[in-house]
Parts: sequence; C-alpha cells; structure tokens
Amino acid sequence: MDVVQLQRQLVDYRTSLYHEGFLDEQFTQLQELQDENNPHFVVEVVSLFFEDSERHLNELTTALEQQSVDFRRVDAHVHQLKGSSSSIGAQRVQQVCIAFRNYCEEQNVEGCLECLQQVKHEYSLVKTKLESMFQLEQQILTAGGSIPM
Amino acid sequence: MVLGKGASSSLSMKMADGAEDMVNNNNFTVLVVDDDPLIRKLHDMHLKNFGLRAQVVENGKKAVDLCHVGANFNLILMDREMPVMNGAEATKELRAMGVNSLIVGVTSCGSPNEKQAFMEAGLDYCFEKPLTPDKITFLLQELNKNN
Repeated sequence: MDVVQLQRQLVDYRTSLYHEGFLDEQFTQLQELQDENNPHFVVEVVSLFFEDSERHLNELTTALEQQSVDFRRVDAHVHQLKGSSSSIGAQRVQQVCIAFRNYCEEQNVEGCLECLQQVKHEYSLVKTKLESMFQLEQQILTAGGSIPM
Repeated sequence: MVLGKGASSSLSMKMADGAEDMVNNNNFTVLVVDDDPLIRKLHDMHLKNFGLRAQVVENGKKAVDLCHVGANFNLILMDREMPVMNGAEATKELRAMGVNSLIVGVTSCGSPNEKQAFMEAGLDYCFEKPLTPDKITFLLQELNKNN
C-alpha cells in the first residue's frame, strides 16, 4: 500500500474512533502536546494508561472476589481508572467508571461485578483500537510518510 | 533537551537551569501534586508547552515537606484524593505554614460538597481534571496579575 493510501486509512480509522465514542476531545489534546522535542509523547502516555489500567483491573477483580467486599478499596481504584481514562480521552471506559462508582456508593456487589465486566470489555476494545492505530502510524513512518493531523 | 525527565521525577531542590522560556517569558515555578503517574506526566507536558518548569510529587505530604524545607512555588496544582496525605489536608497545612502560592485544586470528582470542602481548605481555584491549555492560560493571567 502506498503512503497516501495508508494516511487516508489512518485518518478514516481515527475518525471512526471518535464517532464510535472510543476517543474524545482529550485524546486530540494529547496529540497536540506532541512535538519534535517529544515525538513519542502520545505512545508513552497511552502505554502508561495501559499499565495503570491493567493494574487497577486486577486489583478490582481481587477486591470484588472477597467474602466481604471493601467498597472503599474498590472505589479508590475505580476513581483512579476514571481519572486516567478521562485524561487520555478513553470516553467509553470513563463512562462505565461513572456507573461503577454509583454502585460502589450503594454497596451493590452485583452492580459492581457487572460494571467490572463492562469496563474490562471497553478497556480491551480501546486498547486494541489504539494499538492498531499506532501500528498504522508506524507503517506510514516506515514508508517515509508523515502522520496526518 | 536535558531538563525533561530529571526535573519530573526527582525531589531535588535545585531548580534546573536552562529551560528555554518560550513565548511567554515565564519565570514561574510550578509544583504538581498527584498520585497518578499518568496525570503527572500529562500536566508536566502541558506546563512545558507554556515554558513553565514543573516539579512533580506524588502525595500531599511530599508537597508539604518540600515547602517546609524552603522550596517556593508560584503555583501548586493539587490533586484531591491521594494516599498518605490528601489534597485538602495538604492545602490546610501549606496555608498554616504561611505558603501563599496560588494553590489550585485539580480533581476528577464532581460532587459540589466535595469541591466546596476542598475550596475551604484554602484553594484559590478548583478545576476538573485534566488540565487544558485554556485553564493554564487563565492561571498564567492570575499569576501575572499578582506578580
């Protein structure tokens, strides 16, 4: 595939991610922060997000498996996940976190478990999408092109 | 660029020299207090783009300790929920110590009561996370007014 086609593919792909609500305005802000002095900024921040999220999801799973659930612990992790997902613009993940926190407040284990499933699902979707997008970007760069804004 | 990672991750008292001030010619110093490394990185980058030098620490106690040993900041960006010492407690302590930097809460929580309580701890402003260029522009204007 030639560079122009790849670039078009990238733009279309990115647009679809916004349309489908996977990404929001915050992600655009992230891209705007990247420049020649920090050419890998977006990838670095997103990688941090992946690490963070996986850690929180593991903790949440453990916390919700306990006989007697410590809702403050659950809430603390959801709060962090909500914060980081909103900061990078992972809108759908953020939205599940909002519902998740409500269930925590109500001390509703069923509701929390449901949200945990949902958030894991949304997280894995956005992770796959972002990784595909980065791969496309890499292909363009390798082919000697530049990443369209 | 030498400044980059060093300033962000160390608690060193020396303000690194040489950060070329960009357009705005700011000599303001900023402290970012947040337990989330992602947020610290993000805010640090945002501030760099405005030519601001930021130090970052991960909880309220570290912020208080830094100021206690004499570090001075024009602007402190304070997260609300942190381990060891949260934003509200840290803000109260800083004010009690006589710190009169601009202290701005940056929180991802929405409840008006929580924000109110945070403001009452001694904040000048409270924003929702994350920081954006317009919020920074606004804060710079405030800093310019006061200095």
